[in-house]
Amino acid sequence: MSDSNIIPKWLSVGVIPLINLFLAFCVSGLFIFFIGENPLKAISVMIKGAFYYPGAIGYTLYYTTNFIFTGLAVALAFHARLFNIGGEGQAYVGGLGVGLVCLIFDQHVVSFLVTILAILGSVIFGAIWGIIPGYLQAKRGSHIVITTIMFNFIAAALMVYLLVNVIIEPGQMSPETRDFASGVGLVQIHILAKYLGLDMAMSPLNLSFIVALTVSVGFWFLVWRTKFGYEVRSLGHSETAAIYAGIKVSSTIIIVMAISGGLAGLVAINELLGVHNKLLLGFTAGYGFTGIAVALMGRNHPFGIFLASLLFGALYQGGTELDFEFSSITREMVLLIQGLIILFSGALAYMLNPLVERVYLKYYGNYSNA
Amino acid sequence: MKTNENRRGNETIVSLPPYIKSAIELKNITKRFGHVVANSDVNLKVNPGTIHGIVGENGAGKSTLMNILFGLYKPDSGMIYLNDQAVDVNSPEKSIALGIGMVHQHFMLVPTFTVLENVMLGNEGSMFLKSGEEFVLNRLKGLSKNYGLDVDFEAIISDIPVGMQQRVEILKALNRGAKILILDEPTGVLTPQETIGLFDILRSLREQGVTIILITHKLKEIMSITDTVSVMRGGKVVADFSTEKTSPEELAENMVGRKVLLSIKKPSLKLGKKVLEVKNVSHESKDGVNVLKDISFDLKEGEILGIAGVAGNGQSELLDILSGIETLQRGQITVNDKTIVPSQEWNSKKAREFGVAHVPEDRQKRGLVLPFYNYENSILGYHRNEEYSSGFLMDKRKILNFVDDLVKNFDVRPRSSSISSGKLSGGNQQKLVLAREIESNPKILLVGQPTRGVDIGAIERIYEDLMKLKSKGTAILLVSVELDEIMSLSDRIVVMNQGTIVGETNSSDATELDLGKMMSGLEQV
Ligand SMILES: Nc1ncnc2c1ncn2[C@@H]1O[C@H](COP(=O)(O)OP(=O)(O)O)[C@@H](O)[C@H]1O
Ligand SMILES: [Mg+2]
Repeated sequence: MSDSNIIPKWLSVGVIPLINLFLAFCVSGLFIFFIGENPLKAISVMIKGAFYYPGAIGYTLYYTTNFIFTGLAVALAFHARLFNIGGEGQAYVGGLGVGLVCLIFDQHVVSFLVTILAILGSVIFGAIWGIIPGYLQAKRGSHIVITTIMFNFIAAALMVYLLVNVIIEPGQMSPETRDFASGVGLVQIHILAKYLGLDMAMSPLNLSFIVALTVSVGFWFLVWRTKFGYEVRSLGHSETAAIYAGIKVSSTIIIVMAISGGLAGLVAINELLGVHNKLLLGFTAGYGFTGIAVALMGRNHPFGIFLASLLFGALYQGGTELDFEFSSITREMVLLIQGLIILFSGALAYMLNPLVERVYLKYYGNYSNA
Repeated sequence: MKTNENRRGNETIVSLPPYIKSAIELKNITKRFGHVVANSDVNLKVNPGTIHGIVGENGAGKSTLMNILFGLYKPDSGMIYLNDQAVDVNSPEKSIALGIGMVHQHFMLVPTFTVLENVMLGNEGSMFLKSGEEFVLNRLKGLSKNYGLDVDFEAIISDIPVGMQQRVEILKALNRGAKILILDEPTGVLTPQETIGLFDILRSLREQGVTIILITHKLKEIMSITDTVSVMRGGKVVADFSTEKTSPEELAENMVGRKVLLSIKKPSLKLGKKVLEVKNVSHESKDGVNVLKDISFDLKEGEILGIAGVAGNGQSELLDILSGIETLQRGQITVNDKTIVPSQEWNSKKAREFGVAHVPEDRQKRGLVLPFYNYENSILGYHRNEEYSSGFLMDKRKILNFVDDLVKNFDVRPRSSSISSGKLSGGNQQKLVLAREIESNPKILLVGQPTRGVDIGAIERIYEDLMKLKSKGTAILLVSVELDEIMSLSDRIVVMNQGTIVGETNSSDATELDLGKMMSGLEQV
């Protein structure tokens, strides 16, 4: 899966992904046409649902936040050529970190401090869930893909056990903890806007979005400006060259997986501190898995990941609207469209390269043997 | 079918009617790979029953041209004639049927099969192996007697040396009736003795009327065995010579496109104090093979010690241990009066701190991170140094300043800091690695195969740089499978065979033949 060295970068990272996206929408349109709806109308409903209706943008950006975190998590690991499939589990366990901090401290410590500690908790717990597979890969050679998948299951089982048996709010049926003390949590943007005298429609968008943007910048800095990032990228491109350069392979793998897990863990601050205000079952809802597609589409670069996250955020939100508006279009149909987009911009991302190469060479090629 | 088989079996002596003018003629062959024009309007003519050499730097298009002749690639335009007849060679099967055989640079043998099984592969005769086997065996015995191609037909491929494997490849081609034999860089993997053996075989093939195309970058070989020679440069045939009427200098000039110095001026200087002492170093590989046995030698300031040997006799492992890539298992190393024993920490980082720089044998896998830009690769291994960083951050501006000087001073082309190193030619990649290691001001420089896959122009430059470094008093350990290189660069030569040092000589006393004998383990000195 290497980039072509024939066509220029603006084509391969700019134009080709757009064509892919367009193709995905065309095929989706066909499906919608076949079930008897008007594809153009569906598209317009989706776009309005994602960006136009009151609060729509807020919802879109709220989903975007989750995808940024999980996309970055996958991307960082990928820079070290590690395929971290475990974002889902790491996010889930990150939630446990948030939950434990809040449940233990929120009655005794000032809310602001609890919130800070909870954020740290999400990172640390997520990191631990990344470190273990990282350690097993680095020191024992257990393949990271297998272990991270297994750790998703372990995380799910662990959380069910804890939420059903241990930290469930006493006297209550659904597997959730009690609400965190009021004041603990990340404030939602529309509430913030109200303080500033602005009128914004209600949405779950909260300060986590700002955290996500900050972390994105930090990610870029870490990967392309620090010695550590240099070592990670060396390792990712060529383990033999990394060893030659005196880079400690196993500790680099473990640290990368720690940071990767920590990034995925941050999903919990958006969901739990920003929205639900308690720890509940299944709050990760597949964001971890979608993060893989996001990283793939975003070419492991934070800016690309931001755009891909925005796209997926819009799809999630617009899809909900689609489901709402058309009786014949169900949730499954929306998933199908997402699947097609992942297929075209992920798995088939390089499908068009030969074609574009040929067209490009035809019009711009020069056959000088320089 | 039967008659055909018989004919091929018995009548291996090819006698062509005298009116045939050329065995092979390629006319106006052009082949493009994307932007790259690998062959551009190439014309080539080879007389029957001769050995024709093709020389050219890496990437000149030699292999491409031969792959076209063998039917592996389809040319974009041009014609192929065999014995003055236009032919359409569109697949290897077709070209084999037309009597063309090719021995590739990398052998195409099944390592777990016997020689006989390999020769029969794709040519099994009937459904029942046994009958075919006897038939082929008889024919092979005839062939091998005819051409002096001694091989044990029952031996497993992976058990026999490379030189033998090459004979199997040649037998394979002959068994299928080849009257034209193409050999792509056949001597790269051979000892001098094996090369002599190969050339004997080629001569006897020529005597019996086989037409041979020999690709090599070693001018000496061209001079010693070919009848005619073509020089390729930049996808074109730039010159054709009758071998008698040309010289290595003239060939080199045509290959590079300018005059080149083939001889090296070695600065004479007094050697300084001992900077490296290797004592009783032994090493066991992961598979439990003793790859190094009791190796001891030392190295002084300003000295170049050459390690000669056929590839795979422990030289790579020795470099790996000295450079810290492998741990030290047994014995001790003293670098600049600091002694390392097996229990101590020893890795690439440490080695660099001790002043040991390393130009690795495999620059593409080790020496460079190919997708990295030149400026990133220019500090690989030294990226922790204060010069290129502040705290945990890299200082891109300082690195860019550094690399700009580096590519200018060491003539790395193109002179760009922001081109992926993977896009450089082999020679320029090597210059970049060498430049980086020399710029670290090492006390000791370990160099593995400095000119493997490097074009002549760059070789000249690399030798100059090594000599300059020597003059500054750096001790250089040079590992190479090119005997010429070892002999002309080193002050002293040790020869390795099967993990031990089997001989040592001053380079002024060394002859290629003696060294060759030691390399093959025939003679202890
Ligand atoms: N299969 C291929 N795809 C793309 N480029 C190729 C391919 N084979 C050869 N080339 C390019 O064609 C040129 C000639 O290569 P080659 O014939 O292998 O040279 P030589 O054998 O003389 O070293 C080089 O620039 C090489 O990179
Ligand atoms: Mg070649």
